[in-house]
Amino acid sequence: MKNPEKHYEYAITADALSKHFGDFTAVDRITFNVRRGEIFGFLGANGAGKTTAMRMLCGLSKPSSGEATVAGYDVAAQPEDIKRNIGYMSQKFSLYEDLTVTENIRFFAGIYGLSDAAIREKSASLLRHLQLEAEKNKLVQSLPLGWKQKLAFSIAIIHEPKIVFLDEPTGGVDPLTRREFWEMIYTSARQGTTIFVTTHYMDEAEYCHRVSIMVDGRIAALDTPAALKKHFGAASMNEVFLQLARQATRQAD
Amino acid sequence: MKEQFLAFVRKEWFHIWRDKKTLFILFGLPVVQIIIFGFALTNEIKNARIAVVDRSRDALSQQYIQRIEASRYFDIESMLGSANEADAEFRKGKIKLVVVIPENFGSDIRHQNKTQVQVIADVSDPNTGTTLGTYIQAITADFQSDINQGQKLPYTIQPEVRMLYNPQLKGAYNFVPGVMAMVLMLICTLMTSIAIVKEKETGTMEVLLVSPLKPVLVILAKSTPYLLLSAVNIVSILLLSVFVLGLPIAGNLALLIGLSLLFTITSLSFGMLISSITASQQTAMLISLMGLFLPTLMLSGFMFPIENMPLPLKVMSNLVPAKWYFFIVKAVMIKGVGMAIIWKETLILTVMTIVFLALSIRKYNIRLANH
Repeated sequence: MKNPEKHYEYAITADALSKHFGDFTAVDRITFNVRRGEIFGFLGANGAGKTTAMRMLCGLSKPSSGEATVAGYDVAAQPEDIKRNIGYMSQKFSLYEDLTVTENIRFFAGIYGLSDAAIREKSASLLRHLQLEAEKNKLVQSLPLGWKQKLAFSIAIIHEPKIVFLDEPTGGVDPLTRREFWEMIYTSARQGTTIFVTTHYMDEAEYCHRVSIMVDGRIAALDTPAALKKHFGAASMNEVFLQLARQATRQAD
Repeated sequence: MKEQFLAFVRKEWFHIWRDKKTLFILFGLPVVQIIIFGFALTNEIKNARIAVVDRSRDALSQQYIQRIEASRYFDIESMLGSANEADAEFRKGKIKLVVVIPENFGSDIRHQNKTQVQVIADVSDPNTGTTLGTYIQAITADFQSDINQGQKLPYTIQPEVRMLYNPQLKGAYNFVPGVMAMVLMLICTLMTSIAIVKEKETGTMEVLLVSPLKPVLVILAKSTPYLLLSAVNIVSILLLSVFVLGLPIAGNLALLIGLSLLFTITSLSFGMLISSITASQQTAMLISLMGLFLPTLMLSGFMFPIENMPLPLKVMSNLVPAKWYFFIVKAVMIKGVGMAIIWKETLILTVMTIVFLALSIRKYNIRLANH
């Protein structure tokens, strides 16, 4: 069943990728490449079109025009192949609150087709890493927010995807937990996983290898955080973001 | 594929099992309803379709038939040659009652001053059946007093009423099929639509859509536990009605269960359709209740006779899946008929199921293209 391992240079490519809803252009000819193992920050104000762009890359939404590949597969033609090779964690919770920690792990590993032996091994090491062994039979709803998010991330990469999409993964968490979360992201990237992350927190943007900033459906800037700050003569990513966001004509949704 | 499916069904079962209150309602509801609906309502019936067997064919019998015809309660659907023919009409559900006028109706009256008519009523719905029987008796008494005017020795026409299908006038004969329709609709449509919409609301649906699971598999896996729950309820309702209410199953049990499962699938597919057009659990619940529960209660013929309704409601009742299922259950369970009589209703349910499924798949594809 499985396709032969595809060789590709970039984890993600987008070429004039667009999405229209009637007269409204949510995503307007965006073009960028993401290298393998890169942590790519995907920034933009609410309504700038980043969620729509991300949905297209995940195969959840069909592009109106333009092309994009993820893990070497075409988003319009091969969404099923893409789904096997990506992990996803959304801004809302990706876990079932009325299931225990172990049940959540087993379920998500199960739907990605992991064998029983692999599931046992994976969940044991995952619980050890997160130091959740004592809580493994507790319902997820009883865990603190930060733990849930770390667990959600670990589950999102349990099938060892080539690329992980994180949609505002750290919303509502305290700075310390966010720091720990980013350490997990770094570890995962060092092991070769490509990270595609949207965030509202500009300090988090500094952690990314490269950052793109969307304004009104277009990519207004794309570079390393250091280069962006230099180009805009700004002291922080927050200033860069504000300078660009002020150009926006579109209302947030 | 199989492992993915099983992992999903297991997870779905945890959801249901953890929610003890809902679980209790799901299994308690049929029992409570069976008991509550024992006290059904009485209603006046208009324009009930009946048949007449006139074996006398004399002037008096003609007068008598005209008297029945003139009443607003009855429409004479057909004149039959013998009482045996009536049996087939009853089984098809075409008529509710047969009046059999014996040979020598007119001459008996003149020579012996008395005669009889036989009234056979379908009382599988005891309210309608007995009410119609009473109406016939009243009309007969009325007719008798008319022809007695100026008579010294009074004439007597003795109506002999025979109850068909439900001689003990058990209300259960009517409400058991009704409760089955309601419970299956409730579990399958309401619970399925809520379960699917809940995943949308909590955001887990996105995660499922991004996973390699086929959407069809997600939907199938989500509905499987409810299909099983429904099967348990079908069996428990049947057991209750046989052993507690003493209502025998006249027809083929396998056919009854098979068609109940068909109706379960109709309800499930309707639940999927609702979930594909709604984004919140409240909306799903409202649509299920307004679009389904009330029509099922009002328009399936379970509570209120459809014969009595104004034309627009009669037409609307055809869109209610429960109406067809209600007919099927009554026909198989009480009258003991087979597929030959109920193929039309079965076909309608099948077509409805296909339409619901096609619409929800279409809706899903549009969603993929437009979001």
